[in-house]
Amino acid sequence: MNIKNMKRSTRSNLITFGIVIAFYLIVQILSAAGLLTNSFKGQLVPICAYVILAISLNLTVGILGELSLGHAGFMSVGAFSGTLVWVTMSPTTPQPLALLLAFVVGGVVAGIFGFLVGVPVLRLSGDYLAIVTLAFGEIVKNVMNACYLGLDANGLHFSLKDAGSLGMEADGKVLINGAMGITGISKASNFTIGTVLVILTLLVILNLVHSRAGRAITSIRDNEIAARSVGIPITKYKLMAFVTSAVFAGIAGVLYSLNYSSLVAKKFDYNTSILILVFVVLGGIGNLRGSVIAAAVLTVLPEMLRSMNDYRMLIYAIVLIVVMIFNQSPQMIELRSKLTARWRKGGKDETKKKGVA
Amino acid sequence: MQFFSYLINGISLGSVYALIALGYTMVYGIAKMLNFAHGDVIMIGSYVVFFTFGTSGMNPVLSILLSMVVCTILGVTVERIAYRPLREAPSLAVLITAIGVSYLLQQVAQLSWKSDPKSFISVVSGSDFLKPLTLFDGQLTISAETIVTIIACVVIMAALMWFVNCTSAGHAMLAVSEDRGAAQLMGVNVNATISLTFAIGSALAAVAGALLCSSYPTLQPTTGAMPGIKAFVAAVFGGIGSIPGAFVGGVLLGIIENLSKAYISTQLSDAIVFLVLIVVLIVKPTGLLGKKVNVKV
Repeated sequence: MNIKNMKRSTRSNLITFGIVIAFYLIVQILSAAGLLTNSFKGQLVPICAYVILAISLNLTVGILGELSLGHAGFMSVGAFSGTLVWVTMSPTTPQPLALLLAFVVGGVVAGIFGFLVGVPVLRLSGDYLAIVTLAFGEIVKNVMNACYLGLDANGLHFSLKDAGSLGMEADGKVLINGAMGITGISKASNFTIGTVLVILTLLVILNLVHSRAGRAITSIRDNEIAARSVGIPITKYKLMAFVTSAVFAGIAGVLYSLNYSSLVAKKFDYNTSILILVFVVLGGIGNLRGSVIAAAVLTVLPEMLRSMNDYRMLIYAIVLIVVMIFNQSPQMIELRSKLTARWRKGGKDETKKKGVA
Repeated sequence: MQFFSYLINGISLGSVYALIALGYTMVYGIAKMLNFAHGDVIMIGSYVVFFTFGTSGMNPVLSILLSMVVCTILGVTVERIAYRPLREAPSLAVLITAIGVSYLLQQVAQLSWKSDPKSFISVVSGSDFLKPLTLFDGQLTISAETIVTIIACVVIMAALMWFVNCTSAGHAMLAVSEDRGAAQLMGVNVNATISLTFAIGSALAAVAGALLCSSYPTLQPTTGAMPGIKAFVAAVFGGIGSIPGAFVGGVLLGIIENLSKAYISTQLSDAIVFLVLIVVLIVKPTGLLGKKVNVKV
């Protein structure tokens, strides 16, 4: 295969995959050589989860052009359903099968929620969509926090009050214990699984973006009325992007939760949604490779700069504002194009420089 | 009687939501942006009252006035620095910037005053003539905070309606909300009008903060976030852009929240409030008073 004859998008995709695989190999080599600290090793699976989350959120924010503030909500429903499958099935079924099922169920359940939220909500425009996704995230957090689920010989028991009102037999087992969440999870995620999932996510989403459907989605982002007028079914493509995004958020949730021994709903709050948004904005809205790098770097960095930890969110906040003003403000865009024009002309023609400026 | 007690507390909470919602609804109507940082302006205002009145023992009225001044300056500065450069930018960019500002205020508060909850002293506690009202032979007690909150909300609402409908600055606001370009051609100073809107919204947020923390006396950097979001729900519920809508939406939301806390589940009350938002947006996206009322600010 000749690199020069390749399509630009293909080459760009290969670079993205190359980065992920290179990162994986470097970590494996360093790990084998014993050069990695334990805290860094502990971060490897969360890095993968955040990378997947950032890529999937970028599909909604960057490619579809709608702001979702409830990405953690999809992560949460995915995490809970996938972990439930894992906890109930892993003692009896072979591990790889149970794990696969956990990921599939987590993704599918998150996807169903994405569909349920998406159908009514995608008819709304920008700001409303943002606030409804935020509301969705909060609802999921509150309901999961108050949710009790138990399993005994008679089947599943569900309650929103407390563990006592489940009314179970003596041999029953409480699966979700309200605010305590799911406990006693046998850890199953590792860096290899994480990397495989990252690559899978990239494959699906990059292919979607560069397909006919992807072009339809981008056309909706750029001008919804124009897209509608050339016969693009708006709702169908919006839903496609939104549900795909939710599915991968769910998978990332399963990956994340299976890295720890317990799972609580509080972890997936508004702050988590914003954190993922920061990754997307900093990596470049609409730039999937940027999301991968930003998510990985920003997850590792706070661990390395522990002394800066207090200021971490403050810096993120300032970064969000500055990046937005710098990239989106009309005056700034004009100023930048002037500067780049001057830069290109710079030195060659001093007299013309004034005319350009 | 128990029911009336819940109902009145709900109206009181709803009045606070209404005051906050006014800030949202006016800014949304005029600048066409969702000011996510509005809730955090409330928090800053509450801290000002906490330090001047609670710690230093300043006169409560003066303390609230000072808090209003601080919040006004804060609101206008934020608008000038963060939102004005993005006036013509896509709404996604403005929204993300507003989230950034919201986070910035929370983090600054956390770094300056630590995240441990402070117990807020009610602004009406030291007063002689503001006493809890007891009705029906002591079966129903209405706290002084509740009375002050409801009265303050009604007075402010009336004043605002007068301001918008009967002064030239108010007319300028109506004009800008209707058509920014045309208003500019008619000689309305659009930037000044938007700044004025932010100033009024932020001053009301300061009042709302003091009242909110008097009834629910824990103050921490995230205090403003949830009421802020709920007030936005109230603004949407009542019809965004409409001043009476903010009032109706706020009060209804407060009642719904308090009754569901009392009769359904404390933990699920937030979920119910947000469910209301989703249902309203699906059934009637313009809100309760969105179409009927022409007072658009």
